[in-house]
Amino acid sequence: MLTQRLLLSDRGGMIVLGLIVLMAIVVPVCNLLVPSDSAFHVSTYTVTLLGKFLCFALLALSVDLIWGYAGILSLGHGAFFALGGYAMGMYLMRQIGDRGEYGHPVLPDFMVFLNWDSLPWYWQGFDMFWFAALMVLLVPGLLALVFGWLAFRSRVTGVYFAIITQALTYALMLAFFRNEMGFGGNNGLTDFKDILGFSITAKGTRISLFVASALMLILGYLACRYIVTSRMGRVIVSIRDAESRTRFCGYKVESYKLWLFVFSSMLAGIAGALYVPQVGIINPGEFSPLNSIEFVVWVAAGGRGTLFGAIVGAFSVNYAKTLFTTWSPESWLFVLGALFVIVTLILPQGLVGLFDKLKREKKTESDNSEESTESKEAL
Amino acid sequence: MNLIKQAHQFSQRALPVRDPNFGKPLDTSHGPILYVEGVTVSFDGFKALNNLNLYVDDGELRCIIGPNGAGKTTMMDVITGKTRPDEGSVYFGQQIDLLGLSEHQIARGGIGRKFQKPTIFEHLSVYENLELATSADKRVWFTLTRSLSGEQKDRIGSVVEQIGLKPELYRPAGLLSHGQKQWLEIGMLLMQSPRVLLVDEPVAGMTGEETERTAELLTSLAGKHSVIVVEHDMAFVRSIARQVTVLHQGSVLAEGTMDQVQNNPKVIEVYLGE
Ligand SMILES: Nc1ncnc2c1ncn2[C@@H]1O[C@H](COP(=O)(O)OP(=O)(O)OP(=O)(O)O)[C@@H](O)[C@H]1O
Ligand SMILES: [Mg+2]
Repeated sequence: MLTQRLLLSDRGGMIVLGLIVLMAIVVPVCNLLVPSDSAFHVSTYTVTLLGKFLCFALLALSVDLIWGYAGILSLGHGAFFALGGYAMGMYLMRQIGDRGEYGHPVLPDFMVFLNWDSLPWYWQGFDMFWFAALMVLLVPGLLALVFGWLAFRSRVTGVYFAIITQALTYALMLAFFRNEMGFGGNNGLTDFKDILGFSITAKGTRISLFVASALMLILGYLACRYIVTSRMGRVIVSIRDAESRTRFCGYKVESYKLWLFVFSSMLAGIAGALYVPQVGIINPGEFSPLNSIEFVVWVAAGGRGTLFGAIVGAFSVNYAKTLFTTWSPESWLFVLGALFVIVTLILPQGLVGLFDKLKREKKTESDNSEESTESKEAL
Repeated sequence: MNLIKQAHQFSQRALPVRDPNFGKPLDTSHGPILYVEGVTVSFDGFKALNNLNLYVDDGELRCIIGPNGAGKTTMMDVITGKTRPDEGSVYFGQQIDLLGLSEHQIARGGIGRKFQKPTIFEHLSVYENLELATSADKRVWFTLTRSLSGEQKDRIGSVVEQIGLKPELYRPAGLLSHGQKQWLEIGMLLMQSPRVLLVDEPVAGMTGEETERTAELLTSLAGKHSVIVVEHDMAFVRSIARQVTVLHQGSVLAEGTMDQVQNNPKVIEVYLGE
């Protein structure tokens, strides 16, 4: 029954999940087993690139859940993504131990450079993976809880909510740029060596991270499906479509928005945590307000309010970005802007909507031809 | 495996129905279920309600008429917690003060409302609209993990028959006709098993036949529920009303049967003066 509810009733989602499973099997095989001179070999560079896309897809999923279903436009999800990333980065920094430039047994290089003599309190515990993993969920979740509680309780909605989330991520960016904050200033956290005892640059580690990202994406997708197909999901859609009516039905709208927002921020945090070991760096640039806007464009391009559309959007826009940035890095921003305009004006349902439309047109065409043959027969 | 089974059983358990009161019992022993006393609401100095007094008996069907801008909708806003009055008091039964409560508390407590403009959830099916309105536990966790009990599903079945939308049960509500949308909204009120129904202009834009069916529906509800209907359509009001209250400039101008009210010189003056 549950599989019916989560999967079978969702054809697009089944196709997209199927492709991800396929990718999670084929890519490792082609990377590890196929010899590197074969045409079917997948380079480790490509593995990492695809791993990054998987993290972006998870992030897009979190944005779609809150924007597509609850109609809450968050332009600050980069903050949750980056906080999850920083939590993971802190763990990776602590794993370096005395192998840093300065060879200090405990302190990361940048702290030695700042002449600090001991670890600040908020760096305690990050040498343990389970603690860091917990923080990946708790830090974004708590921020979302406090911020959401304040915003939803005072019924901040629409554009105003979008603006204050931009302010939130901007403020965090400025804070993380400061050296005294103790997060490595504008260099951020980098030069990682190990994760769970395995070398971070080793082929096997790369593949494991890639597979872990694929699994998290699938799990995240199923969790989101569980929410949107529950009664809670229908309450959320009603809030999006007629908020005040939902209140008069006896629902405490603020609570629904708040818990959905918290869940979404945690998903974004997980995405960030998986992203950082694959790219090998986290710096305050990830908090940039522009990033958060880009996530929304992915979702809009893929198709809002479908979940799998967010995955399609994240993959296709980022693939396009990879192509464009090698060709002409400066033009990407213009392309992104143009994309947003095109999507809003011509493709309000995104790529997924375009597929649907094409399919329907084909169907009516074949229906028409059937009809005409029938009418011929009748004659 | 066992754990999954248990979790599944847990999620299938019936939803606890919360006692729809406010920690105090609903006391209607003196007759009225709703006491609106001395209520004044001003918007930038303009008094939309001006020392309004209104008492509605338990099980009564009350019609409220009045020219545009008389304050009828504002009165409903006050009762349902959407607007806070500057002065006055609103009691549900003799004990429950509604002015300190928020919209969802009042709605959960047994006062349902139909808006002037039909507001149903267009993306959801008729069934889902009714499901949403059901008087099950409405806290986040319960809606995430529990489905409806058989009893609550039966209730959806009986309400959908009452409002005559059984053939449309699985259609998206956005595809219903105007009249059907209005009935669906009344059905959503009924799902909450309210003691009081506030119905704002239910027949606006309906065909003659639809209007007739709405009149039947509303009169059949009286007795079990107290129903307050705001309407401009005089023929409709005449067909259902026992007690009519005329509002004018934010206060009660006249009260009585339809005949008494229509022959009241003050009422004639207000309606002819328009
Ligand atoms: N939020 C508001 N701000 C300012 N004025 C308001 C507000 N709501 C209502 N009013 C004014 O209060 C008066 C009463 O409005 P109300 O909507 O209660 O009238 P009504 O009797 O329902 O009229 P109608 O028959 O047209 O629905 C009107 O003059 C209206 O302009
Ligand atoms: Mg009105």
